[in-house]
Amino acid sequence: MAQSATLIEQEKRTEETALITGSEAIAVACKLADVDVITAYPIRPYDTVMQYVSKLVSNGEMDCEFIVAEGEHSQFEIVKHASAAGARVFVGSSGVGWMYAMEALTVTPALRIPMIAMVGNRALDDPGAFGVEHNDALAVRDLGWQLVWVDNPQEALDTALIAYRVAEDRRVFLPCAISCDGAFLTHSQALVKIPTQDQVNKFLPRYNRGDLLLHPDNPITVAPQGNEDWVMEIRRQNFAAIERSAGVIREAYKEFESIFGRSYGNPFFEEYMTQDADVVLMGMGTLSTPVKVAIRKMRAEGKKVGFVRLRWFRPFVAEELAKCLQRFSAVGVIDRDYSFGSPYNSGVVANEVRTALYAAPGAKPPVLGFISGLGGREVTVPDVEKISDSVIAASKGKSQPLTQWIGLRE
Amino acid sequence: MPTFPHVQVDPTQQLDPFKAVKKIPLEEFFTSGHRTCQGCESALVMKMMAKAAGPRTIVLGSTGCMYVANTTYYSTSWVVPWMHTQLGSSGSAALGTAAALKALMRKGKMKKEPINVIAFCGDGGGADMGISGISATLTHPDYNSLILMYDNESYANTDIQLSGSTPWGANTTFSTPGKVKRIMHRRWKKNMAAMMAAGHPETKYVATICMSYGLAGMNAIRKALAIGGPTFIHCLDPCPKGWDYDPYLSHEMGELAVNTGVWPMWEVENGVFRLTGRTQQIAAGKIKRQPVRDYLTKQGRFAHFTKDDTDYFQSKVDEMWDKWIVPGVIPFQKDLDADHPPAE
Repeated sequence: MAQSATLIEQEKRTEETALITGSEAIAVACKLADVDVITAYPIRPYDTVMQYVSKLVSNGEMDCEFIVAEGEHSQFEIVKHASAAGARVFVGSSGVGWMYAMEALTVTPALRIPMIAMVGNRALDDPGAFGVEHNDALAVRDLGWQLVWVDNPQEALDTALIAYRVAEDRRVFLPCAISCDGAFLTHSQALVKIPTQDQVNKFLPRYNRGDLLLHPDNPITVAPQGNEDWVMEIRRQNFAAIERSAGVIREAYKEFESIFGRSYGNPFFEEYMTQDADVVLMGMGTLSTPVKVAIRKMRAEGKKVGFVRLRWFRPFVAEELAKCLQRFSAVGVIDRDYSFGSPYNSGVVANEVRTALYAAPGAKPPVLGFISGLGGREVTVPDVEKISDSVIAASKGKSQPLTQWIGLRE
Repeated sequence: MPTFPHVQVDPTQQLDPFKAVKKIPLEEFFTSGHRTCQGCESALVMKMMAKAAGPRTIVLGSTGCMYVANTTYYSTSWVVPWMHTQLGSSGSAALGTAAALKALMRKGKMKKEPINVIAFCGDGGGADMGISGISATLTHPDYNSLILMYDNESYANTDIQLSGSTPWGANTTFSTPGKVKRIMHRRWKKNMAAMMAAGHPETKYVATICMSYGLAGMNAIRKALAIGGPTFIHCLDPCPKGWDYDPYLSHEMGELAVNTGVWPMWEVENGVFRLTGRTQQIAAGKIKRQPVRDYLTKQGRFAHFTKDDTDYFQSKVDEMWDKWIVPGVIPFQKDLDADHPPAE
């Protein structure tokens, strides 16, 4: 097939800096990635990304089919089929909107569709709340989705480009959801370096569906009824794909650094002031802001607290994370989610961290779970200090509850 | 006919009507490998649909009989590219596939060529679960696609449960007559095609067909694919298992549905409505509408009907033919007093 550049790909621009929100940063990434089909449906707070996309399309800055669907189920099904027919796609949702698309979300990884979705994390109904909770994106954690949490607009833009490269890698061919905390990231501006089109073209090859392309020149039958005859073997192929994804992610970050000159260090988690820390806190997303501020304050008071911000929740790099956490005498995991009835009624991340440590050879520091910031409630610096004090107490052998709700009205 | 401003419909394939049965090409695009029941009309619809569309076609298939029984891993019967879609997703499957082709061809990422996109669904996937997605697709004027609803009047693959398209009173596994209640299914069949035609006036082609009249059915499919934009066809498919009759009667059952007036055949082409085939002849008085009893008594699903039930069924069909503004299609009745006020 001819590889003549599309209008977007031809565009020559120098790197520039812009003051934009997390949502706008992802819209810019879609433009740079020359996405072919985008579907939208309104729900706060993710929908801001689609408002930016709509403007890019109407201004002629972006050439794509921009389809406003009649519900999230259709929204996700439309791009699923567009991707099967060879189009690079983008989609997104929040909270119960994401859940409304659940059937489409289950079949997408099973079909090996490299769909990129933005989740503007939002509390699930009822009662209604616009604010952030991570239960929406986490609901697909067992299905083969790659799940990544970012904490600032620059990281949102960069991660979106990386997500396309990883998801569309033939060794992976799995969807990826980029989680952005509702309001704290979707609606908050920061200065962002916008890469040039040349850089992006160099980093991101065209989506090539290869022998899985649904086209009259390649008359395949996709997803016929499998039953007990074949389903297990097909599941095993999905297992192999998500297993390979961690290596592909590592490659992509390395390549990203060499082309864009920006480094994220370890792609899977960020460590903050951990070098000499006694205990660490853990969490995902924009929690990092109050936690980092609190840590700097506590450091001045002589409390050696560090922070590990998990980026990639799926694939979950258990061994690597365990090795990191074993350096500390206690771990406090702050979950912006809940998992009612789960072991110790902890949050989802705390339970995953405990699992990772249990099977790892070597030290097993106590892991305390903290549920905080639900429904968009702010996690404050005093909240983080309270959490840290409990983790420090645990590190000194004092018994602490395994799950605590922090910032709750008493 | 005026076209939408700002809409760019890509060219479609030239698909002239087949002039006669003997002019239909022998080549099949839906062949052996499926496992549908003996006498399955829906499998015949698939075969004729694929033949009418030809080789440069992509077919998307909703969950239902024509997925579960029809398309098995390692024994696919599809010669053209085929992909499963979820039960309520035929509209989205058609839209997404057509949008991808349009974008990729416009941007030079794929060779330009008119490719037919057909999404099919059963009555459950279409008239029940998928109705909002189909409706949405029919409002998108830019994308060439056909949604074909094969209507065997129940969720026939999952054990014959009633759908919104099951006729009044029928015995299904969710409406079994019992000692106290004889009629468990008290809803009249949804008027799906008319709903799609009336509700989406910019859709250039909507038709009802029955493959007992195969040539006409295939030509309707060719028309729908060639006309441009989104289109919808509703096909009535007799089902030996769900309707409970001997499989060799499938063809006759379709004829009876049409000749009793239970299944009117019509099309709306570029906004112009016409009755077609035998239905047109009935409306023109050239042939007489048969009593519905001839149709109902041949099917086990109506075996529990009393004379009253049959009379009620007949009266509803008569109402459709005698009182509706457009017989068999638009169910509004004229207010005769208002239209023709008595002389003062």
